[in-house]
Amino acid sequence: MTLVKLSKINKIYNSGEIKFQALKNINLDIKKGEFAAIVGASGSGKSTLMNIIGLLDKPTTGLYELDGQNTSRLKEDNSARIRNKKIGFVFQSFNLLPRTSALDNVAMPLIYAGVSESERKDMAKKALEQVGLDDKLNSRPSQLSGGQQQRVAIARALVNNPEIILADEPTGNLDSKSGQEIMKIFQELHNQGKTIVMITHEADIAKNAERVVKIMDGEIT
Amino acid sequence: MEIVQTIKSAFTAILANKVRSFLTTLGIVIGVTSVILLIAVVSGLQTFITTQIQGLGSNLLFVIPGRVGGARSPGGIQENKLVYQDALNLKMKLAGEAEISGAVQKNATLQFKNKNDKGAAVFGVEATYPKIISIKLSGGRFFREVDQQAARRVAVIGQTVKNNLFAQGQPLNQSVDVAGQKYTVIGILEPRGSIFGIDQDNSIYVPITTAQRQFGIDRLNTIYIGVNNPGNVAGVQKKAIAILKKRLTEDDFTVQSQEQTLSTISQITGVLTAALGGIAAISLLVGGIGIMNIMLVSVTERTREIGLRKAVGARPSDIRNQFLVEAIILSGFGGIIGIVLGVGISLIVGRFFTTTVPWWSVLLSFGFSTLVGIIFGVTPAIRAARLDPIQALRYE
Ligand SMILES: Nc1ncnc2c1ncn2[C@@H]1O[C@H](COP(=O)(O)OP(=O)(O)OP(=O)(O)O)[C@@H](O)[C@H]1O
Ligand SMILES: [Mg+2]
Repeated sequence: MTLVKLSKINKIYNSGEIKFQALKNINLDIKKGEFAAIVGASGSGKSTLMNIIGLLDKPTTGLYELDGQNTSRLKEDNSARIRNKKIGFVFQSFNLLPRTSALDNVAMPLIYAGVSESERKDMAKKALEQVGLDDKLNSRPSQLSGGQQQRVAIARALVNNPEIILADEPTGNLDSKSGQEIMKIFQELHNQGKTIVMITHEADIAKNAERVVKIMDGEIT
Repeated sequence: MEIVQTIKSAFTAILANKVRSFLTTLGIVIGVTSVILLIAVVSGLQTFITTQIQGLGSNLLFVIPGRVGGARSPGGIQENKLVYQDALNLKMKLAGEAEISGAVQKNATLQFKNKNDKGAAVFGVEATYPKIISIKLSGGRFFREVDQQAARRVAVIGQTVKNNLFAQGQPLNQSVDVAGQKYTVIGILEPRGSIFGIDQDNSIYVPITTAQRQFGIDRLNTIYIGVNNPGNVAGVQKKAIAILKKRLTEDDFTVQSQEQTLSTISQITGVLTAALGGIAAISLLVGGIGIMNIMLVSVTERTREIGLRKAVGARPSDIRNQFLVEAIILSGFGGIIGIVLGVGISLIVGRFFTTTVPWWSVLLSFGFSTLVGIIFGVTPAIRAARLDPIQALRYE
């Protein structure tokens, strides 16, 4: 079953007089349960594509259906709701809230889902267990290693049990050993049936995915 | 996101930056404190004056020179045309209906042996004065008609005068030097306190005739009319005006009742309240601008956080509410601290002179400070809500 269906997607950035086409006629299907890697040179349009899949941005033209739903007419509030329920983001730079415990960082998306505080704590704890950090519930990001911080971020992406996990260079800020640990978690999630789309530069990391999508100058090759 | 959660998040953010939050609210704290304090002082003043005036008796009329509330003659200051003859005319025509006392006033230095009392108020009044104004003696007697007719140099002294000149020893029958002339002390007044910081007890009462002779004054500062029947005040006021108009024009004098005096005073204190309140409101406004400034800084600082929250599902309205609630909490807390401080300081100040904190001033300043939070919180909150999550997440 297709989860993400991109048809004839174009993205044109309009910064003043200069127009730049970052995505050219992208057609891409990602099935439920698939683990796909998107690879390509810097500036090739990987993040742009990811932002569109994550409903953080809209294509200039083309059709994007997520879980069978046409997304082109979604209002901001609705796409926020879908991001909250169906999408989990993992960023290169972790993006954890400073001075906030791992548990509260992980629980944060649930606030916007209207989950009660005690339930939030339970769900966040479970998500942290899944990434092997049940002993670091109360640690602040500054007290964690880079790999641990990224695992907290993955727990945060998992906490609302999303349809799809979008990871933009999740190992980009990590050494290869921590990177491998993260990949092990992704493999486990994949085995549990989660859909994962991951951007990466590194061939080693891309190897973990069952499918590799190559992108060059805004086009899938 | 439910409101309880929004408030919790706002508190978390505020407490994460305690010092800055405190400094941010300081403007509001100072604004509210000064609003409460100024209103407390002014309305305390009003209460105090009102009770003082009511204490004099509601059957009292004053005749004062010049026209109060009317157009002033060009040049502003009017010549005082009120003379003793006017008091005499009133006395004759209002006999049986009212007691009359003319009054003159002069400041003078008093002396007894080697002791001095500088700047005492010398009141030249008539023997009828105690029947009109309730003054109590703690010793001796007030002067009588005969003392007045003979222009005897006798005096009734206030408590401060007594303390200054007769720290030890008995003042009665002693001879006090008033601006160079000797007066015999025949009575001592009970203490009365001070009004507007003016010590009411640093005064000495002498027969009007004696005072006029010694100081060469023929104009009166006031004519007191004590109406015998309190129900007849308005009637007597009309008659007095008619009597005085035979010799004077209506621009030369004003006959004022207690009621009129009170309304004049409440007009003055009303203007004072508005003026001082206005100044204090400006400081609240400045406080509000401070809050806006810090909230804008906070939005910039937390750009990545805002981007992240949006990415994981916060709607623009969730972000807007969070920052708005933060601003309201900051200003509301500033308001509460300001109220506590304002009421506290009012109580302390109240030990020295009357202050009253009207309930409306508390409500007003709390409402106003919260409003300031809303007004000045809206701009930063909307700015936060409109941030593009992709740009915000990239922000360094
Ligand atoms: N907001 C924008 N306005 C204008 N041009 C943009 C904007 N965002 C991205 N671009 C351009 O679009 C192209 C693709 O950017 P994108 O971020 O998708 O690259 P990427 O493949 O993720 O690169 P990297 O591997 O370095 O992260 C780049 O040339 C970039 O300069
Ligand atoms: Mg990128």
